[in-house]
Amino acid sequence: MASQPILLDYWPSIFGMRARVALREKGVEFEYKVGDLTNKSPLLLQSNPIHKKIPVLIHNGKPVCESLNVVHYVDEAWPDKNPFFPSDPYGRAHARFWDDFVDKKFSEAQFKIWGKKGEEQEEGKKEFIEAVKILESELGDKPYFGGDGFGYVDISLIPFYSWFPAYERFGNFSIEAESPKLIAWAKMCMEKESVSKSLPDSEKIVAYAAEFRKNSLGSE
Amino acid sequence: MANEVILLDFWPSMFGMRTRIALREKGVEFEYREEDLRNKSPLLLQMNPVHKKIPVLIHNGKSVNESIIQVQYIDEVWSHKNPLLPSDPYLKAQARFWADFIDKKMDDAQRKVWATKGEEQEAGKKEFIEILKTLETELGDKPYFAGDDFGYVDIALIGYYTWFPAYEKYGNFSIESECPKLIAWAKKCLERETVAKSLPDPEKVIGFVSELRKRFGLE
Repeated sequence: MASQPILLDYWPSIFGMRARVALREKGVEFEYKVGDLTNKSPLLLQSNPIHKKIPVLIHNGKPVCESLNVVHYVDEAWPDKNPFFPSDPYGRAHARFWDDFVDKKFSEAQFKIWGKKGEEQEEGKKEFIEAVKILESELGDKPYFGGDGFGYVDISLIPFYSWFPAYERFGNFSIEAESPKLIAWAKMCMEKESVSKSLPDSEKIVAYAAEFRKNSLGSE
Repeated sequence: MANEVILLDFWPSMFGMRTRIALREKGVEFEYREEDLRNKSPLLLQMNPVHKKIPVLIHNGKSVNESIIQVQYIDEVWSHKNPLLPSDPYLKAQARFWADFIDKKMDDAQRKVWATKGEEQEAGKKEFIEILKTLETELGDKPYFAGDDFGYVDIALIGYYTWFPAYEKYGNFSIESECPKLIAWAKKCLERETVAKSLPDPEKVIGFVSELRKRFGLE
């Protein structure tokens, strides 16, 4: 008999949050193991020997690594509830494209805002705002990126929302002023229990980012 | 409705090669259009406004961008022939993981081998060989990455093989002596007509890289 899946994770990780949201969307009970990334567990190193990173989903003893891969896998392993993708190949390719955009453009830019300062940070802010506007344009008037249903692109993007107050604090700007539609979308996602249960309190993330900045940049 | 398939591409692109192979594996007739990357066509800019890059797959007027996404799309649309991905969710996740590994690691490392010199190049060579060795370990004794059948991970990787002689020439090393099993795998892939037709002559690639190196002031 299959045992509960295990999710190896780290509480502030955007990538971990994607996996949490995906599992909860499918109503899957899972064992959540929060790690210490400065002292990685033998289970993590054994389950993801190539990248040694979280999240790792261990299902029936077999590991699945890389957050978007985990989300795909969860959708396919529990296909009966809340599909994350449309059924037509073009719709699926479209979702994968936007997901790839989030990972390529959004993800890198946001790190520069909270993890860097000076010119690099300013560059990050500019890139981030550009990416946000492109995403907002893609969202259009749809309730979710997936259309009427919460789906793959929503799952890959919503975790960043828990970091928005940190970006605003350290980047000294207002994301809502730049992109009100995206904020409205995010608030709507947060009304879903699968999302609100999976994202940490933003104040904790601000404090986490502040610590990181003190340690790596010498000041906040 | 007739299937109209156009591929906007650039002949030495390992990414374009993936899409060419996937289409041929499925027996799909397509129109190949060569792009001049220093003078991108209006069609390219219209069909891929976000990244403005090749390859762009245009199927019945709608564009699909990013090579690895195109391969999955082709597999799903023409699902009746030569499946490129396994049907089991776990095996599919494994295939995606390795294609993602190739995408994350190969591009930067290979670029350092031919586009840099001195210490940076040596570091790039070391990294590149490590990546190939990791892939070789994953391949193991299987004929192809997924086992008996040519598929997704093979398609993601094989295009780089036409660049190997260029890496060896400008990096001054032998890939076969470091990774003989991987070379054997590549030669086996080249026996497939779909692959042989989709990959350019490595000599032409060397010529192309030589031009780029001149432009970067490395020759």
